[in-house]
This record gives sequence, C-alpha cells and structure tokens, in this order.
Amino acid sequence: MMAVSRLRPGARGEMLCVFLWISVTACIVCSYWISPVVTVAVLSSALRQSTPLVLGAMCGLLSERSGVMNIGIEGQMLMAAFWGFLMHVWTGSLMMGVISGLAAGAFAGFLFAWMSVSMKMDQIIAGTIINILAVGLTGFFYPTGMSSAGKLKIYSVPLLSEIPLAGPVLFRMSPIVFLTICIVFLLHYCLFYSRWGLRTRATGEHPKAAATMGISVVKLRYGNIMIGGCIAGLAGAFLSLESVGVFERGMTNGRGFIALAVMIFGKWTPIGAWGAALLFGLSMSVQTQLQFDRVLSLPHQFTGMLPYLITIIVLAIFIRRNRPPASLGVSCERE
Amino acid sequence: MDGFPVLELKGISKSFHGVMANSGVDFKLKKGEIHALLGENGAGKSTLMNMICGLLQPDRGEIFIQGNRRKIQNPKIAIQLGVGMIHQHFMIVPGFTSLENIILGSEPVTRMAIDFRKARKQIAALSDQYGFSIDPDAVTEDLPVGIQQRVEIFKALYRKVGILILDEPTAVLTPQETEDLFRVMRRLARKSVSIIFITHKLREVMQIADSITVMQRGAIKGVLSPGETDEQSLARMMIGREINMISNDRSAGAGRTVFEASGLSVNSSRGFEAVSDVSFCVREGEIVGIAGIQGNGQMELSEAIAGLREIASGNIILSGKVMPALHPRKMMENGLAHIPEDRLKYGLVLPFSIAENQILCTYYRNPFARFMWRNRKAMLNNSRELMDRFDIRAGGPEESVKTLSGGNQQKVIISREFSRNSIFLLANQPTRGLDVGSIEYVHRQMLTLRDKGAGILLISSELDEILSLADSILVIYRGRLISMAGKEGADRASLGLMMTRGLEREK
Repeated sequence: MMAVSRLRPGARGEMLCVFLWISVTACIVCSYWISPVVTVAVLSSALRQSTPLVLGAMCGLLSERSGVMNIGIEGQMLMAAFWGFLMHVWTGSLMMGVISGLAAGAFAGFLFAWMSVSMKMDQIIAGTIINILAVGLTGFFYPTGMSSAGKLKIYSVPLLSEIPLAGPVLFRMSPIVFLTICIVFLLHYCLFYSRWGLRTRATGEHPKAAATMGISVVKLRYGNIMIGGCIAGLAGAFLSLESVGVFERGMTNGRGFIALAVMIFGKWTPIGAWGAALLFGLSMSVQTQLQFDRVLSLPHQFTGMLPYLITIIVLAIFIRRNRPPASLGVSCERE
Repeated sequence: MDGFPVLELKGISKSFHGVMANSGVDFKLKKGEIHALLGENGAGKSTLMNMICGLLQPDRGEIFIQGNRRKIQNPKIAIQLGVGMIHQHFMIVPGFTSLENIILGSEPVTRMAIDFRKARKQIAALSDQYGFSIDPDAVTEDLPVGIQQRVEIFKALYRKVGILILDEPTAVLTPQETEDLFRVMRRLARKSVSIIFITHKLREVMQIADSITVMQRGAIKGVLSPGETDEQSLARMMIGREINMISNDRSAGAGRTVFEASGLSVNSSRGFEAVSDVSFCVREGEIVGIAGIQGNGQMELSEAIAGLREIASGNIILSGKVMPALHPRKMMENGLAHIPEDRLKYGLVLPFSIAENQILCTYYRNPFARFMWRNRKAMLNNSRELMDRFDIRAGGPEESVKTLSGGNQQKVIISREFSRNSIFLLANQPTRGLDVGSIEYVHRQMLTLRDKGAGILLISSELDEILSLADSILVIYRGRLISMAGKEGADRASLGLMMTRGLEREK
C-alpha cells in the first residue's frame, strides 16, 4: 500500500488552540498573583457563564453527530427555562423544577425530531419553528408578578475547596455547573469509545451505510435528539432556577446560537466545545469585570462588545478548517 | 459441493407504482458457486437483490434460505441469515478506520466501551482463514477503491456471510484490481461462500462465473453455464436484439489542430496541484483518449478545459485562440461541446423540462430570446426536432428530465451539445452508469461527430471504451500525462499497469 505523507488536516488549528490556552493560563496565573480575589471571582463567573453554552453545545452535538442539523437549541432552552420555573413555583420544589425543565427540553426535542426525522422537513425550518414556538408560547403564557421561590444553592466540597485558586473555582459551585462538567466528559467518552458513539458517528457520516448494517437510523436520531433536548433543558433550568432565579421573556438571549458556534469551534467534540465555551465564558466575565472596575477608561459599549468580537474572530479563523458530519442536514431516505 | 441450493427464489414479483420490476422470478444459488446475474440497467437485478437483503419486500413469491422459507423484513434479518451485499456505491463511512467500518452494527463490547482488542483478533482470524488481509487502522477514505471494496468484503465475512451479493463490483476497478477481486472471489467460493455477481460486463462473466442467469425486463431469460455460450449470444439474450460492439476502425485524419493544452497546471479544491504541466493537442477528426483511475486529476483537467476551474499556469487554445480561464460561455461560443462527468449535477438542471435543458447554452441567443423575453415556441420546436433526431424517448418536450432514465438523460445532454456545430468535444465519462444499448448509442454519436470533423477528447476510466474509440491514448496518473501511445501499441495489461503505477512503458 502506498504511504500518503501529508500534514494531518487540522494540525495547524490544534496548534493554535494549544497556544491560545497556554497564553490564557499564563494570564490567569499572573492575575492571581496580582489580585487573588478578583481572579477567583472572574474565573467562577466564567465557569457559570459558560455552563448554558456548554450544555447547548452538547445538545447540538448530539443531534448533529447523528446527522440532524439542530438550530432549535435556543427554543429548547427557553421552553425548559419557562416550564421549569413554573413547576418550581407551583410545586415549591427545586427538584421538580429541574426535572420538569428536562422534560420540557426533551419534549421540544421530540417535536423537532418528529418534524425533521419523521416528516423529513427541512431541518433549518424545523429548528426555526421550535425557536419561534418557544418565544411565542413562553411570551404568551408568561404570568407577570410571579415571584421566585429561591434558587439552587452553591455547594462546597470539603477540603478540596480549600486549595488556592483551583479550590474555590472548581470545588465551590452550584450543582448544574458541576453536572455540566461531568456530562462533557461522559459524552466525550461515550461518543468515541462506546457502541452508541460509533453508531451515532456512522449515522452522521453515512446513514445509508449504518442502515445496511442493521442500525435503525430513525430510532437513533430520535434518541439522540431527545437526550440532547434534556441537556438543553438543563441549560434552561440553569438559567431560570440557578443563575437568575426567575423566568424572564427571551432570557436565553441568543445563547442557543452561541452554543452552535461553540460546538463548531470545538469541532463537534464535547471536550473541544467545552474548551471553546470556557473561552467565551471567560471573555464575558472579563468584560463584566472591566466594566465593574473601570480599569480601562473605555466606554462600556466597547467592553461589552468583547464576547461577540471574540465569537466573530474565532469563527472566522477556525470555522473554515472544521469539517461537519458529512450527512448533516440530509434526511435519510429508505428506498 | 452438494446440489442443495443455499438460496432459492420462487415466483418473486415486485412492482413499483404499477410498473413491473420483477415478474415471477425463479432463481437458484448453489453452495460455493459464483453465479453471475446479467442484465441491462433496469432489468430488475437490483430490485431482486434488494429483496434478498431486506431492503424491499416482494409482492408475491417465496424466498428459501438453506431450504427454509424465510421472510426478510429488514437488513438485520438478512444479516442474521448470512446474506451480505456489497453495493455499487460502497457503504463505508469515509472518516472511519477499516476496523470501525467492519465492526459497525455488530460491535463486540465490554461493559461500556467497544472491545477493540477482541475485534482486532477476530479480523486477524478472518485474514488467516480466507487468506487476504487489510490494515485495520487505515482511514478508509485514504484507501484506493480496490482496498475499500476489500473492507466491504471483510464487513460481510465478519458477519459470517454465507451468501455474498456483489453489485457491479468491477465498475470502479482497474484491470489489476479486478484481477485481485476475482482471486478473492474464487478463494471465498472455495471456502463455500456462495456469490452472486451482478454485472453487465460480458467478458468478466465468461471469465469467472460458474453459472449465469440472464435477466431482461424483470424476468429470467435463461440460466446457462459459461461453457455452453459465448459473449455474442449472451449479449443477444440480455438486450433482446443483435448488438454490434462499436469500434473505431477508421484511421485518424491528420487535420489541423482544434484544441491544444500547453503546460497546463490546475489546482484541486483542496489546494494541491491536481494537474501538473500537461500538454497535448487534439486534431480535427481525431479522438484522443485519456485513461486513468478516478481521482488522478481528470475532474480538474476537464473542469479547467470547460472553463469551470481556475488555471494555475499554462494555456488552453481552442481553434488557434488562447482562451481565458473561467469563461465557459466563451469556450462554448468558440466551439466547445461538453459532456460532463456527473450528468445529474453538471449536465442537467433536474427539475427543468427537456426543452429547457436543451437550450441551456443558447437561451440568450436568437431564436430563443428576443430582447428580454424568451421565445417559448422556438424552444419547443427546437426540442421536438432534437427529440426526434436524437431518439429521446419521453412524454414530450415539457417532461421534467428528473423522471427520465439515465440513457435518455444522457441523450438530452448529447442533443444539446451536438446540435451546436461544435468543433471540439470534451467527453468526461460519457457512458458511466449507462446500459449496453445506451453506451452503443453514445459511442455511435461520438463517432458521427468525429466523422463530421470535430476533435474529441475522451476522458474515461473504462479501458474498453478508450481502447475501442480512441485514435491515440494518454494515461493520466497523479495529475501527469505519462505516456502517449498510438492505438496499435496499447493493450489492456500495460495500460492498466500504467494507470495504477504510473510507470513509463518501455518502448
């Protein structure tokens, strides 16, 4: 067999990523040396800010890896945030709230799967329907004057949370933020080492090949989209039950779409998307801190631009090099 | 080898929307035999095979496997029954390794993860048992087509296949790869795997089959053994009429040069040089054939000539004038006719009607356009005339080309391109996927055009096509034209070798 020698595609992008992370880490260490309190605050805030993005990206990843383009993440999150909050207020139980949020996300996922997989609707349109539906429903049924009944508490791991820098950032956090990190690693492992993962990736790349090997493409896509819906639901629950504590109209505020960008930046891999989301989270919290401190005498409109500027630059640099699953957006026809 | 059939079909019928695809088909496959299923496109071979591997359900009839009646509702059941099919378009996930492709759908697992070590052992055991091997860690998209096909065979063996169906397996292979495949097939048959070999290449049937079933229009025309028949009579059975294999027996007239490429280099979409410093010319009344395995720069070369792709360096000269790159209309107006490689993507606008497709190059000129408006009447008249002249069989000029058969679609392209008084024809894989009758038609049309004095550049990976039509033969290998052979000196073996290895032939 001939040995084809060429630079592995994407090697340059990976080097850029590594470089980026090394410089970010260096900055963090420097700033911790200067001001530990601010650094810890900024980093914890970055982790919190990135959580809905990570979860949204996992939702997108699950469906896109199996070949269904999902732009309805935003809508799934919003419905979950709404329903989770309502249930929380009605039942008074945070647990019920979170579970209802998951259920709402899964239901929105089911709706999306029905449209895009069973009805073979254009996937962009199906996703848009989910988004519009979510804005409409939550806006219409939003009861004004509903007061919050508290939110999920921050939990400290004994001992570990005493470690300088890493302790307060990584081991003093709220449950959903912690769960998110677990989900990322679990998903990464499953996607690349489990049977389900192999089948998911095969379905995203070449659904017909998967079908001829006895894999039910439809069932697999339904499953993945609905699990993804649950994860988006968790993001929604995070927003209304953990981060803010109340539901607000349109509170997802484009996070579902940034999550898509994060997923692409992360090359459709969970850990990659996580890294990307952390970068966005960091840029958001740095921006808030900059406004807060007034260290730079910049108008706040400019510092406020930071996360979006980074989105644009990062996507412009990376997106061209990343290859989506080959059958993304194509509904599988059985002859 | 006992006489008990591993597979028996009795009275299988299947129709689609009232059109009979199979009617009352009886078929018997013995253990360890290579059984060729011969027929034109649309003869119902694929439909029949899809019913055996669970992709379609028969309307009537029974399927017996190992003497037991079976219903095969889905591919999973077919796999369990030991039926494996290798499709013409490989069912391989391009980004996966061979190993991943082989185990997909039947993965050995530990508690949570896939047991890659066990899979590896199983594949090694199969290699030992059948005497051919693959590299389990190679990424399949980087592998040559012949090896990809071997991965497909491994996929079937991994699932303990007893009946292996090969759908036109040689269509994409070079002569050497075909030889390799036949060797593998014989080895499998010796290990008592029964093989159904679907094809329309008569020579291969005579070479490898133990028995031959000929299908025509959904029905079995006859079951023969290669000892009692020959290619001519097989062709007659398959098509239902006498067929003459077209060949170019006239020597080329040495006219003036109509087309010339000098020092032409073209980059691929991925940025590397796909065609490097290529020079050749085509004269009036001459057919120049470029043979080569797909993906050696043919696509880039033909796109550059057609004005669809940027030229990195060099010139394209059509009837004495240097042509600007990326100007397809200028090329056409100066006498280029083009049969593109992928007729569905580049040759036709599928949702458009036949008539509209026939004026795609001339719609802006008289009589099809008057100022800003189209002239529908002229378009329809033109279409009726062309449909008559080029024997296009369809409901009428306003039928959508999407619904036509492959042969008729190609006729629509030919009618458009050949009716423009072109002096140079660029034909890239003009007969791919066509049945024997349509191939004959396309070849005859090309020879007629040649006789009128046009120069033709024929790019093809079908060696038979090149050998029977071309006056002079070039081989393209990794973007370079490596040899120029007169028709006399060329034979299948040495051309095939050049196509795969790119070695300069000793004179």
